[in-house]
Amino acid sequence: MATLQTKSAARMMMAPAVIALLIWMIVPLSLTLYFSTLNYNLFNPAETPFIGLMNYKFFLSDPAFLTALRNTLALVAGVLVITVGGGILLALLLDQEFYGVTIVRLLVIAPFFVMPTVAALVWKNMMMNPVYGVIGQFLNWVGIGAIDWFSNAPLTAIIIIVAWQWLPFATLILLTALQSLSEEQKEAAEMDGAGALSIFWYITLPHMARAITVVILIQTIFLLSIFAEIYVTTSGGPGLQTTNIPYLVYSQALLQFDVGGASAGGVVAVVLANIVAFFLVRLIGKNLDA
Amino acid sequence: MARAVSTRRKLTFTLIGWAVGLLVFFPVLWTILTSFKTELDAIALPPKWIFFDWTLENYATVQERSNYFRFMTNSIIIALGSTALGLIFAIPAAWAMAFSPTPRTKDVLLWMLSTKMLPAVGVLIPIYLIFRDWGLLDSRIGLVVVLFLINLPIMVWMLYTYFKEIPGEILEAARMDGASLWKEITHVLAPMSVPGIASTVLLSVILAWNEAFWTLNLTTSNAAPLTTFIASYSSPQGNFYAKLSAASTLAIAPMLILGWFSQKQLVRGLTFGAVK
Amino acid sequence: MGNITLDKVSKSFGATNVIQSVDLDIEDGEFVVFVGPSGCGKSTLLRLIAGLEDVTSGRIMIDGTDATGLAPAKRRLSMVFQSYALYPHMSVRQNIAFPLKMAGDDRAVIDRKVGDAARILNLTDYLDRKPRQLSGGQRQRVAIGRAIVREPEAFLFDEPLSNLDAALRVNMRLEISELHQQLKTTMIYVTHDQVEAMTMADKIVVLSAGRIEQVGSPLDLYKRPANRFVAGFIGSPKMNFVEGSEAGRYGAAVIGIRPEHLAISTTEGAWRGTVGVSEQLGSDTFLHVHVDGIDTITARTGGEVVLDHGDTVFLTPQPDKIHKFDAQGMAIR
Repeated sequence: MATLQTKSAARMMMAPAVIALLIWMIVPLSLTLYFSTLNYNLFNPAETPFIGLMNYKFFLSDPAFLTALRNTLALVAGVLVITVGGGILLALLLDQEFYGVTIVRLLVIAPFFVMPTVAALVWKNMMMNPVYGVIGQFLNWVGIGAIDWFSNAPLTAIIIIVAWQWLPFATLILLTALQSLSEEQKEAAEMDGAGALSIFWYITLPHMARAITVVILIQTIFLLSIFAEIYVTTSGGPGLQTTNIPYLVYSQALLQFDVGGASAGGVVAVVLANIVAFFLVRLIGKNLDA
Repeated sequence: MARAVSTRRKLTFTLIGWAVGLLVFFPVLWTILTSFKTELDAIALPPKWIFFDWTLENYATVQERSNYFRFMTNSIIIALGSTALGLIFAIPAAWAMAFSPTPRTKDVLLWMLSTKMLPAVGVLIPIYLIFRDWGLLDSRIGLVVVLFLINLPIMVWMLYTYFKEIPGEILEAARMDGASLWKEITHVLAPMSVPGIASTVLLSVILAWNEAFWTLNLTTSNAAPLTTFIASYSSPQGNFYAKLSAASTLAIAPMLILGWFSQKQLVRGLTFGAVK
Repeated sequence: MGNITLDKVSKSFGATNVIQSVDLDIEDGEFVVFVGPSGCGKSTLLRLIAGLEDVTSGRIMIDGTDATGLAPAKRRLSMVFQSYALYPHMSVRQNIAFPLKMAGDDRAVIDRKVGDAARILNLTDYLDRKPRQLSGGQRQRVAIGRAIVREPEAFLFDEPLSNLDAALRVNMRLEISELHQQLKTTMIYVTHDQVEAMTMADKIVVLSAGRIEQVGSPLDLYKRPANRFVAGFIGSPKMNFVEGSEAGRYGAAVIGIRPEHLAISTTEGAWRGTVGVSEQLGSDTFLHVHVDGIDTITARTGGEVVLDHGDTVFLTPQPDKIHKFDAQGMAIR
């Protein structure tokens, strides 16, 4: 509610941000769509004939695409399982009262602020290196024997690194949700004869359900475009074992200079992300009304 | 009323809590420790925990060999520049949406959010080509603009949720008291939302500092920030753990400190107000 | 001079008409109260006068000139908001000085005016505090202080006392009335509380569903309500309404009689009934009597009268205090 003057002022104030984002979204996206219909290679930029949906056909029927799709989904699923499961446990732990809980909370959230390239390189070299890495030495010490992560289980290694980076995010959000649960509700349940486990199952977990959904959706959006961790550790290899869709698009564009094919891949990535985004936007929109 | 917790329970959780906390933090801690070791100590078997000859030579080497502070300066300029630009665009937009909502406001907010969900690879090629043609590749200004656009939706959203909490009557009072729109924002709204603006700035700086898609793809040397510089360690020559650690420690320390200050607001910013 | 004239003012939000063609004259120096149930449009009407909302049609004249399109700040009006709307980051002094600063006054002038206002409102000792360090009543006074320093043509109050506790509300009511006596500036005051309206107003404007039901002095409205709505709204406890044959005997569709205009007897009278709940306030007792063949009637009697639940009583309305209404609810005079 306001006057015409404030309303038109409001429109003026919103315009710069809206226009900036509109340009940012529409111009490159329509160019990507356009390029995806061309036979456009940076080695031969003079000739870019229109070839319809051929790029899509090539991209989607390329065995590399299926591998990349599988890797992308495995990466997302693996990280989600670890971060949501671990996040719930960590949130429950940090919700307890103990000496130094604030400091422990800072320690737990720290990985989120570590830049992806640092996280990836530190893990690759100092944690997971089979000879000098701390994990390898620990495994040797307990008698299992060191694992050469990046040769034998490269995707798992990347899942671990990314999960470590996102664990704080899940923890922090779930902890926030947990702390908004009123003590009275738990006490009422206790008066009704519920034990600790029943309280967790019937009161705490449903209370966190929304936060868990938010964590899953937002992380999925970000995890679908994991790039830097792969770029600095495996470059998608060995073979295609750690190539996900963003990395595939990147290598097609900037390593093989196939603009058309990469653009088609980009469009596929956008479509994939939109499926998730659709649900996320609806969830947040519902929350706006409340 | 919080209930008294038995001492035994508290001690048990103290033990578990610290063990888990240190485990999660270990890679960071190990990096910081290693940065003070000699390269030989860094790969010593078995590992040397804290009883080694502490040295600062890695920090000196990193700066000498790679001109570390140039990358640092680039990171600072890009993070602060994109954040400042973001504030200029986001504050008026958030003001309008919070205090003069129309039936379309919700749609605009959600649309802004959806731009954030656009995967970067979807627009990598056109942006790369436009940047190449306009000579913006490997330029700070280009990165500032891209990171500003990437973080703008988050900034608008975060400010919006903060502004929403300010009663509209106060702005109306200012209007009655003769404040112009500009003064309404500078004298009343901005000072009242200093905490909100501060945490928005913090989050934006952290996200820009750590951004590692566009920085890797759009820079090579001149405008390269720390993300790109650290990535150059992925194909190392010889012993390098200690130097990698020193470079990494310098790169993550500022954000760790900022992040620890802004942990509460982080939730709000990253979930677009869906979890407060 | 602060006379305000509303000429066929209407306001609609989308399809809902919140204010429907309101005409009203407010004289300079008058204390006018807009009263009505929640949702009647009284606050919207005030905001239209303030300029915080645009009128959909009609004109608003302030001091003889057309102010319909003017920005709020240009109307030379001050407003005290329900939530006080103090600037939390400014001290009391800065809060009160803010409108003067916006007007570009000299420092010396600002200091003098702020000092004067603080003295009038007993805020001198609190000038350097922040709003959050003040009690509800003090915050209210700061909001008033911020309003008076501008020396406006008129003050607008939007339910200013509704956030205060009962005792403080009575105090502030007196203070605002006192202030009006001192300043003799036009005041427009919005409330849903008819007691505030009766005790403070020179002129009451009763609103319902976006229309003015009646305008008049408090006693005018009490004695000669124009319709059943006003009759029921003004006065506490509420007027009793009796329909049907009993009303027909007076030649009306409905008759109304105030609780204080019923004589009570245990032996004889017009209406026979049994006592239900009796509310004893000490000074008065309100009897809720189930009258045979009519309904529950509230009667007001002295504090000493002791009647128990189930006792039989007789009620007799004072003939000259009976209000008669036609089938449309309009008063028959």
